[in-house]
Order: sequence, then structure tokens, then C-alpha cells
Amino acid sequence: MADDVPSEFALPDGVHPFPHKHLTGIAGLQPWEIGFLLNEAEQWIALNRATAKHDDRLAGLTQINAFFENSTRTLLSFEIAGKRLGMDVVNMHAAQSSVKKGETLLDTTATLNAMKPDVIVIRHDASGAVGLIADKVDCPVLNAGDGRHEHPTQALLDALTIRRRIGRINGTVVTICGDVLHSRVARSNILLLGTLGAEVRVVAPPTLLPPAVERMGVKAYTDFDAALEGTEVVMMLRLQLERMDGAFVPSPREYHHFYGLTRERLALAAKDALVMHPGPMNRGIEITSDVADDIQRSAITEQVEMGVAVRMACLDVLTRSRRGVEGWA
Amino acid sequence: MIGSVKGTLAIRNGRIVDPVAGTVEEGGVLIKDGRIEAFGEIEHGVFRKSDVVADARGALIAPGLVDVGAFAIDPKAATAGGITTSLLMPDQAPPLDAPALIRQAASFPADAVSIVPLAAATRGLDGREMAEIGLMKRAGAAAVCTGRQWIADSELVARIMAYASAFDMIVVTHAEDGSLTKGAVATDGEMASRLGLASAPAIAEAMAVARDLMLAEETGARLHFRQLSTARSFDLVRAAKKRGVAVTCGVSPAHFLLSDQAIGPFKTFARLSPPLRSEDDRKAVIEAVRDGTVDLICSAHDPRGPEAKRLPYVSAEPGMAGAETLLTLSLALVQEGVVTLPRLIDLLATAPAKLFGLEAGRMAVGAPADLILVDDGKPWKIVGDKLAGKAGNTPFDGLPVQGRVLKTIKGGQPVG
Repeated sequence: MADDVPSEFALPDGVHPFPHKHLTGIAGLQPWEIGFLLNEAEQWIALNRATAKHDDRLAGLTQINAFFENSTRTLLSFEIAGKRLGMDVVNMHAAQSSVKKGETLLDTTATLNAMKPDVIVIRHDASGAVGLIADKVDCPVLNAGDGRHEHPTQALLDALTIRRRIGRINGTVVTICGDVLHSRVARSNILLLGTLGAEVRVVAPPTLLPPAVERMGVKAYTDFDAALEGTEVVMMLRLQLERMDGAFVPSPREYHHFYGLTRERLALAAKDALVMHPGPMNRGIEITSDVADDIQRSAITEQVEMGVAVRMACLDVLTRSRRGVEGWA
Repeated sequence: MIGSVKGTLAIRNGRIVDPVAGTVEEGGVLIKDGRIEAFGEIEHGVFRKSDVVADARGALIAPGLVDVGAFAIDPKAATAGGITTSLLMPDQAPPLDAPALIRQAASFPADAVSIVPLAAATRGLDGREMAEIGLMKRAGAAAVCTGRQWIADSELVARIMAYASAFDMIVVTHAEDGSLTKGAVATDGEMASRLGLASAPAIAEAMAVARDLMLAEETGARLHFRQLSTARSFDLVRAAKKRGVAVTCGVSPAHFLLSDQAIGPFKTFARLSPPLRSEDDRKAVIEAVRDGTVDLICSAHDPRGPEAKRLPYVSAEPGMAGAETLLTLSLALVQEGVVTLPRLIDLLATAPAKLFGLEAGRMAVGAPADLILVDDGKPWKIVGDKLAGKAGNTPFDGLPVQGRVLKTIKGGQPVG
């Protein structure tokens, strides 16, 4: 796959492939750094498909998954990734933590840090919270989603999925549809895909488009059908039903009518266009079951699979310096 | 430089800034019994007979600043910033919504800074019932104020304005339509979108300005917008002034020096209310200062400790420590040729004092000797941790600046 990377996205001579201590977002990453993480992830796919899924290179290290916001799939994915690399993985759920007793985020962080973890994976409902924590701990921090801000491993796994299915990212036309306003998945994908040279379009009702979104280098649409023309990847976002109190869109029915991905609508996109969704899906609202379950077109389960590989790669890369891997001191 | 003084104090070899005359002239000041006895060219013999003679060494001598709308009594910060009168916001614990509370706030010892409370327009500042604003005026309140919040109930605002006008009290409002800004922590724009911060359109301010202007025009009330920050708000105020509406407005240095770019990445010290705006709005603030639409510059002093600021951006409280840097930051307007030095002192001292009917902010014989000595060329660097006030939450941390208050004199006594 690396052969398909245009030279401007390849690692320049003499440059460290990933000089960052943390992965708090896609913002600030160079194209070759993203490419490097994708290539590293590629190597874990085969292991994950094998019967014996262990590589103990991170044995003895401790990974804390500090999830201040509920999650099932991301938490599970990070837990499996850490365990397959031999780490001792501990999950901290905010519901059971002192956060509920009024402890500040930074006090909780200091407590976690004092337990000497080797990597901390954080999800938090406030934009920027993960960066705040990263400044205060001694070990690498991985952002598993902070508010509406970023969800970098989701964007990486989406990119890996696209690269494997289409063969490239540079020049690909990707349309992201749905609640872009509240979506950290959309933000990270806009940054990552744009950095790697894709044409990114976003489509949503005007109430769900972030202000000045065009300034982030995307084309914004309110007409889904128009946005689909020439689209090679249709990335659907979950409509956050809990926000649908008549304020953002009138009803799920109306939303589905104008922004739901149906088989007929998918026909407006490029031939064999790929369908993606970060999950969990609202079937019959943003996507119909016949589209979601079409294994020829839908990459939704493959995204989940790539998620484990991407997270293994990130955990491996971010702990190299601590492990004294040659060239990562 | 000058110790405590008994009798007469003479300061010579300064440059007197007279905002009313619009002049800066070499000379000195003679202070007797806490008041200005003479200023300008003073005969050598007069100096010689003074009890204390201080050499200003070419520093500016100007009236002490009158700061409209500080959120805390913070004498150290005020003195360091050259503020000698501070109009205190009603947002205290408990809110200043009763005559006794106003009396208590007004009785704060005026050794370093006079505290003039603003009366809460509604009980508990909750925007529902009118507070005893007439009695609070008698207790020493300078004006009626909605506090940090906008009052949604237009009928109530109309009544507050009508009622306050009978007492010739200015109504000071916070201009942000709360139904638009609900949950928002930033201004709509690229920065908020990139950071994933809930934001509100800048017109939230103009919407509130438009309503309050119409109500003021209807009721005949005197209206002051505590802090405006958008082009459209100034357009509305400009037009209203032309029609003869009794409206005035203030701005703070943060809004003419910083744009929303300053909040990235998630700098909670730059979380303000109103929030930092776009670059175009920032320029509009400067233009409104230049053309006289802006009546005064205030610090919006709101010291916040780490408990309120060392939090994720969305959870942090808005506000900045502004008193100590008010003059320094405002001097940028002189350095850039937006206003003259006397006009700047007018905006910072004379105009606010006059507007709120305070005996302060004047370079006049017989006026209280609330004065500042300023080295307008002195280079220094703002360091949040080293500010004299209660907290160092300034978005200007690390900024090299020019011009600093050397000495603050309150009632003829050097303080700080």
C-alpha cells in the first residue's frame, strides 16, 4: 500500500516518522505521520485474523482506559488492542469514579498518573479535555473522543478502510453526511482526509453544519443528492436522536426523507461507492438496512475490524520511546 | 518614590494630561488636603514651600482611572493599574440587590480605591422581580445593572427602565440574547468549529442591543451597554445616538486587541463574556473607539482562580483579570494613532465619571487628588502569575507591552 502514497505524502529523508508524545488529535499531524500510522496498522490486520492473536511486545506495560463518557465499542476496541499486545489493561468508568463526587478532572488525572500507567486512553464529553490532561501526565495519552472536537483513531481506521477498499486516499471524493455539527468523527475525518489529499464534502441540514465549515477545506452541501454526484465514499454519521427535540430537525421521518441513505439515493453516487458508518447506527433513519447490510457496498463491519489494528498500532508507536525501541529515544 | 504625605504634596517635572482641554503639557501638580490645589506651570517658590516635593521625571500625570463594571473588589490590582474608582458589579455573593448590601459595598474603605456599587436590577439577579432600585440609589448605588446576565423578559426590562428613569438612574445591561447563546462558549466561526466548541452567532449581541435600544427610546431611560464587541452592535448604537437616544457603551481592551483566534487551543483565560469575536468585529471595536461611538473603556476585571479556570474550556468560567493591565493595553490605541492621549484618559477616567455622576476623573483645581503617574514609554511584559491582584487569569500572559502606571495617588496619598 505504501507504494500508492504520492511522494508528497511520503516520509521525507531524515525525518522521524512520529515525533509526538501523545495522540490528541489529527490537527497538527503531517501527511507522512498519518501514512506511517496507517502502514503500522496494516501490519496488525493479519495477526488479528489469526487464531492466536497475541504479540507480547508491550507485556508488563499498563494501559488505563479512562472513559468519562459512556462507550461500548471504542472502549472494547482499545481494551482488545491493548490485550493483544500483552498489556495489563484497566478500565475506569466515570460513573464509578470520584468524578461523580465532585473531584476535578485534573485531580482525577493526578491520581491516575500516580498509579504509573504507561499509556492512558481518554474519552471525555468536553472538547479539549484530553489535551488538558495530556499536559499533566508523564505517559502518552490517546484521545478516544473529546466532546465535539476530535476522535483521531476513528479517522485513522476510516482512512485505513478507505485505502484498503479503494486503493488510495489522495484524490478520493468522500461525502460525510449527517450531524456534522456535533460530530468529532467528522472533524477528525475532515482533517485527516483533507491532509491526505481527498476531496471532502459535508452534507447536512443547515442546523447541523458547523459555522464556517468551508474554512476547514470542505465543500458544504444541504442537498444530499447533489453532494453524492461523483462520490466514491459515503460516510454516514449517527443522528444523535437525543438532540432531536424539534430544535435541529423537525422529525426523524423528515430527516430520513432528505438525509437518509437509501439504495436509490446511493445510486446517485459513483459506481461501487463505498458506504461507511462509525456506529452505532439508527437503522431506518440515517441509513436503511439493505444498504447497511450490503457486504459489497458497506464497509461498516470492516471499520470495526480496522479499529483494533489502528489502536494496536497507536499503542505500539506511542510506547516505543518508553520501551527504548531503537530510534525512539 | 513618594511616601505617605501630610500637608501639601508637590509633584514637579511631569507632563500633565488634561482630558477636558485635550492637552498634554509639561508641569506639575500641587495637592493640598486631598484635593488639587494647582496644576500646570507652578512657580518654583510654591514647590519649595511644599511639605513633600516629588520628581515625576517626565512621567505623565493624569486623573486616576474610573473603571465601570469590575466583578471584584481588588484594591491591589486597581492600584497597580491606576484605577482610583471602581464601579462594582452587582454579581457578588450575595448579589447586591438590597439597600443594606449596597451600603455595605459602598462603605469599603476608600484608601486605595473608591468602590461604587451598581444595584442589581432584579432580586437575586434572577431576571424576574424588580429590586428596590430607588432605595438602593439612596444607599449609594451609581446605576442599575442586569449583571452578567441578559434579562429575557422584555416587559420587565421596560419597567425597570421606566422606573429607573424617574430616579435618573442609568440602566446598565449585558447585551447577549440568552436564547441564542444558550450553552454557547464561543462565537460562531472557524475557530469554534475547529475546536468543536458550542458557539453562538455574533448577532446575539446586536439582537439584545436592538431590543434594549428600542425599550430605552420608548421609556426615555438612560441606557449603558457595559461591553459591546460586534460591528452590528456599534452600527445600532451609532444610529441611535444620531436619533438622540440616551445611550452609551463601553468596550474592554480584550475586544479591541484579541480575536477568537486567541482561544485556540482551548485557552480558558481567553474565555470571556461577551466572547472574543472575529477579526472583523475586533476592527469594528477600534473604529467605534475612533469615531466616538464608544464612550468609555473598562477593564471587565473578573479575577478567577484555578478552580474556575483549570478546567476543560466548556466548564471554565468566563472572565479575565483586567484591572492591572487596563491602561497599559489601552495605550496601544494611542501608539497606533486611534486616539490621542488626552482622549484615551477621557475614555478611561473623565467620561465614565461624568456619565455616572461621580466626583472623579478630572484634572481641575478643587477636584479630588486621585492621580496617576505613568511612564508611557516603559517596556515590560505581562506575566499572569506576577500580577498584583487576586488572580492572574489574563489572556495577555507573556505579551510584551509599552507603558506602565508608576504611581497611583488616591485622595492626595500615594498608594500601593
